[in-house]
Amino acid sequence: MSRRRTIDPVLWMGFGAGGTLAAIVLPALMALLAVAVPVGLIALPQRMDLLSLVHSPVVRVGLWLVFAACLFHWAHRFRYTLYDGLQIKHLNELIFTGCYGGAAVGAAFAASVLWQIP
Amino acid sequence: MSAHLARSGPPHAYRRKASTWWWLTRWPYFAFVLREMTSVFVAWSVVWVLLLLRAAGLGEIQYRQFFAWSASPLILISNGVTVVMLVYHTLTWFNLVPRVMVFRFGRRPIPGPVMAGSHYLAWAAVTVGLAWLLVSR
Repeated sequence: MSRRRTIDPVLWMGFGAGGTLAAIVLPALMALLAVAVPVGLIALPQRMDLLSLVHSPVVRVGLWLVFAACLFHWAHRFRYTLYDGLQIKHLNELIFTGCYGGAAVGAAFAASVLWQIP
Repeated sequence: MSAHLARSGPPHAYRRKASTWWWLTRWPYFAFVLREMTSVFVAWSVVWVLLLLRAAGLGEIQYRQFFAWSASPLILISNGVTVVMLVYHTLTWFNLVPRVMVFRFGRRPIPGPVMAGSHYLAWAAVTVGLAWLLVSR
């Protein structure tokens, strides 16, 4: 059995978890914070209130899992979009490294941000 | 074995190479690729939220500067498109759930509409919860 085949179920499980979490959490989060606040539909949340929401270590770990899963979802789906959409499967190793490597870098950045919040 | 087979191995099924732009030729193909491309907006959303948390952690000035940047036309339009694509991701994802996941209650499989409905219910609950958290403060 090849190494790729061994990790395939893990890749698909991460893709599924990230897709579900993204579907449930992100539309409201982005609609409220990234659109409604900037256009003035709702007031800018107080900075300290926002920080108090992510003060607990448990919340931070939970957020990291959500962020990492969502990034993994992107990596896995985008990889196959490039394969099928642009038909560049011959660049498999480059795409594989770029997608999952990008997700890993993003997850490391998320850990760094969540660790450094006061 | 003929000389030709000896040279090139056993015959393979003929596969015509499709155009790179095959997904622009029919609406269902385009919708499929659009659905797959929602993942890019998922990644962008994570990056935007992380930048927000980073700015909030750095101080009041950086926090307000971040929202001023987010109110610039380019970022605001990008985030508006992102919200539309995220909703498209949610709808297509939840509609696929009953087709790709089979959960059982005892020996009986849970019906598809119940599976999809429970996901929509979770989405509604999280949306209301987040709105309450952010608006009530």
